[in-house]
Amino acid sequence: MIEERFDAIVIGAGMSGNAAAYTLASRGLKVLQLERGEYSGSKNVQGAIMYASMLEKIIPDFREDAPLERHLIEQRFWMMNDRSVTAMQYRSDDFNEDKPNRYTIIRSQFDKWFSSKVKEAGAIVLAETTVTELMQDAYGKVIGVRVDREGGKIMADVVVIAEGVNGLIGQRAGLRDAPKPDQVALAVKEMHFLPSDVIESRFNIKGDEGVVIEAIGTLSQGMTGMGFIYTNKESISLGIGCLISDFAKTRISPAKLIEDFKAHPAVAPLIAGSEVKEYAAHMIPEGGYKAIPQLYGDGWVVVGDAAQFNNAVHREGSNLAMTTGRLAAEAIFQIKSRRDPMTKENLALYKKMVDDSFVMRDLKKYKDMPALLHTNSQNFFKTYPELVAKAMENFVRVDGTPKVEKEKATFKAWRAARGIRGLVGDVVKLARAWN
Amino acid sequence: MTVQVRVEDKLFQNRYLVDAGRPHITVRPHTKPSETLLALTTVCPAGCYAETESGQVECTPDGCMECGTCRVLAEASGDIEWNYPRGGYGVLFKFG
Repeated sequence: MIEERFDAIVIGAGMSGNAAAYTLASRGLKVLQLERGEYSGSKNVQGAIMYASMLEKIIPDFREDAPLERHLIEQRFWMMNDRSVTAMQYRSDDFNEDKPNRYTIIRSQFDKWFSSKVKEAGAIVLAETTVTELMQDAYGKVIGVRVDREGGKIMADVVVIAEGVNGLIGQRAGLRDAPKPDQVALAVKEMHFLPSDVIESRFNIKGDEGVVIEAIGTLSQGMTGMGFIYTNKESISLGIGCLISDFAKTRISPAKLIEDFKAHPAVAPLIAGSEVKEYAAHMIPEGGYKAIPQLYGDGWVVVGDAAQFNNAVHREGSNLAMTTGRLAAEAIFQIKSRRDPMTKENLALYKKMVDDSFVMRDLKKYKDMPALLHTNSQNFFKTYPELVAKAMENFVRVDGTPKVEKEKATFKAWRAARGIRGLVGDVVKLARAWN
Repeated sequence: MTVQVRVEDKLFQNRYLVDAGRPHITVRPHTKPSETLLALTTVCPAGCYAETESGQVECTPDGCMECGTCRVLAEASGDIEWNYPRGGYGVLFKFG
């Protein structure tokens, strides 16, 4: 048994765990952070896009030494069928600013850097250490953790559970349920390496500029899902994620799905000649507001992906993780400063801070979106993309057919596929879920 | 689009430290696999699950990326038991 007693133990060294451990340690608390990977970051997977303003609130001068790939100046939204892409593109030179807003990152490198900051702030970081269970007293209060090292018991006033989307420990202690198959997506991703000048010419960028492509349509084969292509300095992150309940129902192989995405005529030229150096898989919380579990109790709080903090509509996860990790730490610091105990009643402060932040307000805004997209996946991810593709072809292809007839054909196709009621209903449902 | 996929080829680039003899996933012994177990033979992104010649589903988690998909689908029903590998073992993402 490690004889020392800690003010706080942080389980996990992802975005939320690092944010919490850094914030606690830099305020002078005695912090132990436990990570089951070989080093902080070795089990972590993300697209990945990092949002500057949420990290600035934790480490204001992160740009000085954080390993950042490219700052994003362009976003492309693709609606795909098997042969075509209908796209919307937003590119702005305003994103070439002194302090850019969004960056692509490579998680294992970024997390190593973040972890070095956690250590500099004074936390003890113990890697290669798996937490096997939470220790609770007779009243259910969390008093420490048990780990898979000799002696294995470590005590603390409060445990910050930052164990990620596939967290076992909180669930085993009965603090929250395991995610349901329709509350989590499985994403598979590959790292495609290419020289930086090739990436820059293929994506029409220069220097450290970067592009994000997000794609929906027949690539998910009727499942609720999305593909992505992100430019790093000398690599391209490419992947696709779909709801696990849809994978189970359709029995589609994720490994095959990503191969089909790569073979698409609009994607293949972007990655042609690349060397693939890694194939990764990870879950993404997709349940939204309604899937958020109890966030605190006697001696514990839960942060980040473990608490389903992810905005599926805006594809924001790591900033919610960083923010909830920071807020949990600030709440704990306040309680500690008052010399109050880490009771459920006192830790409710964390929930209040999350409720008042953009995190909960954004998730609340889209609270009905998961249910809508998850139950209408054939319409939104297959039927409409096909209809849009056909409409665009009718509009663009010149073959002597009078335009009036082309428009009629387009309208007929839409009506045949969804009916007038269906079309109006889908628009209304989508608008409601957006508000 | 018909692309042939061998998952083993995709896993070849990954780094693992396999905890020999201590698999972190075990399948409950069965004579006839449940629908969920059969689904895992296609849904697992690392292809860890396969049907044996005698019709059972077995799991070889050496190439497991620890995503937890099988856990979400099959732990509650008791079809599988899922633990983290011991500290330091399992997949070691180079990029993540």
